[in-house]
Amino acid sequence: MTDEAFTPGLTAGGGGAAALRATEYDNPVAGVFDDVEQVPGAAKPDPILVADGVVKTFGGLTAVDVAHLEIQRGAITALIGPNGAGKTTFFNLLTGFDRPDRGSVSLEGEDISRVAPHRLARRGMVRTFQLTKALSRMTVVDNMKLGATGQRGESIWRSLLGPLWSAQESEVGERAEELLDRFNMSHMADEFAGTLSGGQRKLIEMARALMTDPKLVMLDEPMAGVNPALTQSLLGHVKGLRAEGRSVIFVEHDMDVVRDISDWVVVMAEGQIIAEGTPDSIGKNQAVVDAYLGQHHDQDLSVESPAGGSSDEVGESDG
Amino acid sequence: MVAQGQRDVSGERRIWDGSASRVRIARLMLGLLMSALAAVGVLAIAERAAASEGEQTIFGVISFTSEESNERVPIEGVEITVEGVGSVTTDGDGAFSIPVEPGEYTVSIDPATLPPGTSLRDLDRVELSALVEPGRDQRVLFAVVAGEEGFTDTSGGISLRRVAQLVANGLKDGLYLAMAAIGLSLIFGTTGLTNFAHAEMVTWGMLSTYFFNFYGLAGVIGFLAPLPGPFGDGVPVVFAVVFGAISGGVLGWLINRVLFKGARRAGVALLSQMLMTIGLSILMRYLMLYFFRGGPRQYLEYTAQRAVSIGPIQLTPKDMIAMALSVVILTGVGLYLQRTKMGKAMRAVSDNRELAESTGIDVERVISNVWVAGAALAATAGAFYGLTTVRWDFGFRILLLMFAAVVLGGLGTAYGAFMGALLVGLSISLSTLFIDAELKNMVALLVLVVVLLFRPQGLFGRPERIG
Amino acid sequence: MDWGFIFERVMTAAIGPEVIVFALAAIGLNVQFGYAGLLNFGQVGFMAAGAYGVGMAVYWLNISFWWGIGLGLVYATVLAMLLGVPTLRLRADYLAIVTIASSETIRLFVRWRGNSGRTGASEGIGEFARPFYDLNPFDNAARYQFGPFNFLGRDLWVVLVGWILVAIALLLVWQWMRSPWGRALKAIREDEDAARALGKNSYVYKLQALLIGGLIASVAGMLQVIQKAAVQPDTFNPVITFMIWTILILGGPGRVWSPVVGSMIYWSLIVFLENVLRQLPPGTRSTLESTIKLSDFNISQFRFILVGLGLILLARYRPQGIFGSREEMALDDR
Ligand SMILES: Nc1ncnc2c1ncn2[C@@H]1O[C@H](COP(=O)(O)OP(=O)(O)OP(=O)(O)O)[C@@H](O)[C@H]1O
Ligand SMILES: [Mg+2]
Repeated sequence: MTDEAFTPGLTAGGGGAAALRATEYDNPVAGVFDDVEQVPGAAKPDPILVADGVVKTFGGLTAVDVAHLEIQRGAITALIGPNGAGKTTFFNLLTGFDRPDRGSVSLEGEDISRVAPHRLARRGMVRTFQLTKALSRMTVVDNMKLGATGQRGESIWRSLLGPLWSAQESEVGERAEELLDRFNMSHMADEFAGTLSGGQRKLIEMARALMTDPKLVMLDEPMAGVNPALTQSLLGHVKGLRAEGRSVIFVEHDMDVVRDISDWVVVMAEGQIIAEGTPDSIGKNQAVVDAYLGQHHDQDLSVESPAGGSSDEVGESDG
Repeated sequence: MVAQGQRDVSGERRIWDGSASRVRIARLMLGLLMSALAAVGVLAIAERAAASEGEQTIFGVISFTSEESNERVPIEGVEITVEGVGSVTTDGDGAFSIPVEPGEYTVSIDPATLPPGTSLRDLDRVELSALVEPGRDQRVLFAVVAGEEGFTDTSGGISLRRVAQLVANGLKDGLYLAMAAIGLSLIFGTTGLTNFAHAEMVTWGMLSTYFFNFYGLAGVIGFLAPLPGPFGDGVPVVFAVVFGAISGGVLGWLINRVLFKGARRAGVALLSQMLMTIGLSILMRYLMLYFFRGGPRQYLEYTAQRAVSIGPIQLTPKDMIAMALSVVILTGVGLYLQRTKMGKAMRAVSDNRELAESTGIDVERVISNVWVAGAALAATAGAFYGLTTVRWDFGFRILLLMFAAVVLGGLGTAYGAFMGALLVGLSISLSTLFIDAELKNMVALLVLVVVLLFRPQGLFGRPERIG
Repeated sequence: MDWGFIFERVMTAAIGPEVIVFALAAIGLNVQFGYAGLLNFGQVGFMAAGAYGVGMAVYWLNISFWWGIGLGLVYATVLAMLLGVPTLRLRADYLAIVTIASSETIRLFVRWRGNSGRTGASEGIGEFARPFYDLNPFDNAARYQFGPFNFLGRDLWVVLVGWILVAIALLLVWQWMRSPWGRALKAIREDEDAARALGKNSYVYKLQALLIGGLIASVAGMLQVIQKAAVQPDTFNPVITFMIWTILILGGPGRVWSPVVGSMIYWSLIVFLENVLRQLPPGTRSTLESTIKLSDFNISQFRFILVGLGLILLARYRPQGIFGSREEMALDDR
């Protein structure tokens, strides 16, 4: 898949897109992984996020048991694994939405295992959810504005004095419009987010996350349920993030997508990291093949579904 | 997390379908109309008292059972007041009598005038309401016991005997509470709905038992009163309790059928459904007040039973029998959930609704059964509680305890509700060792808050899912 | 039937003290539920906090009535913390459970004999509001008639102050909800986790919303007891909370004006109904008495029965209020 495939979507956008296109989505981390050993827990040259001995159990079930994992700064890292492997749970542990039973997580060298999610977001680590969370009874542009951090008008006292925050508010509004433009959503700006389609919700969730100006973006199945054309434009956006120097971790079931955009792949199964490597090599890894074969046997027994399909249904209910 | 806990689970959401909802409105209206009709029937009750003109009296005897001789000892000089009429003191036989016009009165006892070594058995009953109907003198009962439970005495010291008695009382309340609370927990487990109207099921059981006891199965409806036997005439409490439990099950089925099944199908948000349960709770409570009137009442039989001693504990035979029955019923519920197909299905649906559905369980049927069983259990609890006093708002009074029990045990599990109820019952009862008994229910609030602070999933629950 | 009289009663009620008290309490609930999505089922507890603040200041602490207003706000703050701190990190139901349980507990606690020196127990507190009426520019005992409205001087004073308070509360809510603070609050209502992932400390926002709503309700409670000139535990029956809910949902949660509109509709309806029933011709009345037990007592219970029925129907068919649009309802996927 080449960059041209999604460029049309971007050219339709406005100024923001033009600035981005100039970079032509170079891969700033090309070659970084050449010297990295392709084994679970491998050390990276410049890790932004490090998880160490992270364990989470639910009753008798060990949902996550990650001995060691480093995430390279500035790269796109894919986290894959069969349904129920513990990817979402691991995301929750990394982002502070859930507490690990044991182990530690550090962001840029600082321990964050006990830090609340909102603080992590302010420190530049933002996530999206497997089940899209559009804020239905708010307009699209309000959804976007919400993402901006450090808003003065978000204090209960200052909010009462309009002049204290109105200037900043219009800045935020401009940024929101720029981003909406970039994601081709400007025409929906004043609609309620609840009226958006599933794919549009994925777009707005990603755009909203970018409003926080994150260093590390964590996307839980950003492409699930999105049509192929839109997938292409989403992929383009993800590469755009890397081009801007942001780090990306994303969960994905579609191997084509993984091969297309990721620099590094981490494979989870039954809570553990069973393999790490470049996208090309990972498919040949015996442990990965075994894990997925087991999974496919299961799937054949129940229902033939596209990747992620059956997991979505379960998620929907619990979520 | 709001959205998570409450996301509609019925799968596809139907968005405001005009015609279908009109049909549903019609059905709802029909249901409400039916309930209203039933209620109108209830009205006839008051007409049944023989009408004779003239003044009536409110009367009674104040006495207690002596611990030494095990005989009733009348108490002289206790002050009894009928609000708006006047006060009297009891005579040498412990008797009092106050002439009144027919009407509704509040009668109170002054506990300070009780001799040392005696106290009121039930603190809630310092004031009683008495409905004096034309041609019928009204007896009022203030239960006085030897010993110092409650009113004046929290400093009475912690004797082994007292602790044993409180444990017995706590166990009794805990058992009844367990029956009341299990349905609450199961309905939450299977539908995700916090049913605030569950407490009214308890009241319903209590009041319908009372009505069956007084007027038989149909005698409540005025013109059917002349029917013979169990239809037109009161049935003994023992049978009335059974009928009360059945009527609870029927009501549970009806409520699910008329209100919540449709709401689930139409994809009404859980939050709105919760508000519906609130509305239902208020509607039921005030309809009951409308027809039952304010005052506390009692069943026809077993009103003033003498307590018997078992070791250090004193319990009335009716309580002992009701406790034994509760144990039997709760064991039955446990076995039902463990052994029968439907019981297993209930647990499966509580555990994971979609999984259960995909394995071919008819979830709606399971839910309907949960409503019937839960309401019948709650009604039984109400009937048992009614052995002491029958009140139109009894359920609401124990709502706090029910929630404390299910939250302590872990929302959604029957076993948790059972254990939680026992613990709540015991801790409330034992708390009277240290605090004024009038405040004992506050202990439940404390339990609730402490659990939420330190172990929100409860003792036997599971933390919820995120993301 | 004297329709002129009923009309006057209804019109007077529509801007009267009760409408104001319930509108204020509903404005508080609107902040909590309408904007933040909090299920506060114990709003009456906050009203009691305010009411007992002014009452107890005079009766127990022997300090000025005006200090009592401060005391009421302090009570409401403490209550908001007690209710919010344990529950607001958890699923929404838990706040509902704790609030519904505590509002009844509060009533029983102030009613407790042991508190008779502080709260007056079941007797309550009287004689505390004089300083308020001393400031009355109208004649406390005179009747004032203008158009269809007819008030006693003292009530007119309460109504005047009351509407000023309502206006202030509405203005505050309006400004808050158009600010980024309000936006964050609405986001939390829609999806708390999404807001947290975007750096909003949802716990603090929810506590703030609970507190603001509680403080406004406590002012409602103060106004109520000032108007009644008595603090009585049984005024704070838990069912009051659900009258407030009915009012809010009638008007439509999440709109600035809805509490006022809802309160006016609700009270006009109740006053109309009760007056019509009370004035039925003797014949009709006695038939109704013998068939459906329509005693005076039972007429006064109608408002509660209507609340129950109203809540069921509104929650089922019109959760966005009677003026809410269907589109908006469809968006409500909570
Ligand atoms: N709160 C919870 N309570 C109990 N079990 C849980 C909870 N959260 C997750 N699990 C279990 O942990 C395991 C991992 O779940 P998780 O959602 O992390 O998988 P996943 O890799 O994201 O799967 P998918 O690809 O289907 O999204 C599953 O078996 C799941 O049932
Ligand atoms: Mg997942």
